[in-house]
Amino acid sequence: MASVTPLHRAPAPEPPALHVRAMDNLAFIRDTMEAAGSFTAVSGWGMVAVGIIATVAAVIANAQHSALESIFVWMAAAVLAPAVMLWAIVQKARRAHVPLLSGPGRKFILSFSPPMFVGALLTIVLYRAGLVAAIPGMWLLLYGTGVVAGGAFSVRVVPFMGICFMLAGTLALFTPPSWNDWIMAAAFGGLHIAFGIPIARRHGG
Amino acid sequence: MAKHGTARDDRRPTVGELRTLRGKNDANQASSRADALDRLIHERLRLGIVSALAVNDSLSFSDLKKLMKTTDGNLSVHARKLEEAEYIACTKSFEGRMPKTEYRLTAAGRRALERYLDHMEALIRATRER
Repeated sequence: MASVTPLHRAPAPEPPALHVRAMDNLAFIRDTMEAAGSFTAVSGWGMVAVGIIATVAAVIANAQHSALESIFVWMAAAVLAPAVMLWAIVQKARRAHVPLLSGPGRKFILSFSPPMFVGALLTIVLYRAGLVAAIPGMWLLLYGTGVVAGGAFSVRVVPFMGICFMLAGTLALFTPPSWNDWIMAAAFGGLHIAFGIPIARRHGG
Repeated sequence: MAKHGTARDDRRPTVGELRTLRGKNDANQASSRADALDRLIHERLRLGIVSALAVNDSLSFSDLKKLMKTTDGNLSVHARKLEEAEYIACTKSFEGRMPKTEYRLTAAGRRALERYLDHMEALIRATRER
């Protein structure tokens, strides 16, 4: 007859200490806020402000006598607009009580910055090569690339806006240079305002 | 026995006993802190809902469902509990023919989350100071 061996229950694992559970809960809250923060990382009102700056820049650029002068006007706008956008993003992050460089914000900056850096370098290269007319198309394409890449971690409307910028860039490269200011106005001005308002209304400012 | 007990009470406690007592005291303090926790948002899904709404003006039912990776039934039960406690407010509307439920965090809900965060930080601090 087979002998019966009593089953020995393994001792129950000790429950985690209170501070361990507290740290786990804080990590959970932070992760949830970061995941939900993708809804809020981009400032819609900041985009509207950038759109207005771009529209004003387009009017001034169009009044210039040469393509080079127009480019300088756009470059001034390219310095002012990111500063305004950054301010708007900081305000939005403060309102939402989330750190500026939380998950989605950090991912957006990491994805958006390389195309902007390449754009700055190519501006110098194209200027030296005398290909000033190609600069607006290149700017729009690379800006769109940055928005698509950064927007992969955000709401769907952001990468869609990036694709619109890329289409505008393609158009600028294959149309007469005299159209450049208007294409830039429609893209940097119109697209920012058109996409900024719904983002501001639906995604917390 | 009583005499023995008195004798024990009169003598100074040893270092080991003091450590045990301090440990018990800390455990009691931690336990009382845990008891003071807001049980309503201590539950994971409810804590997630409140945390997500803290960084958004409002979120729809489907946004929250996707975010929390849960079912309709589970989300609505927990959202209802938070709503009853007035931690979140619910707005129902129609988008075309589709019903839309939007949630937002109330001031009471935000205060509750802040209190909860304070409790968690206090628990961690208490352990570090030990």
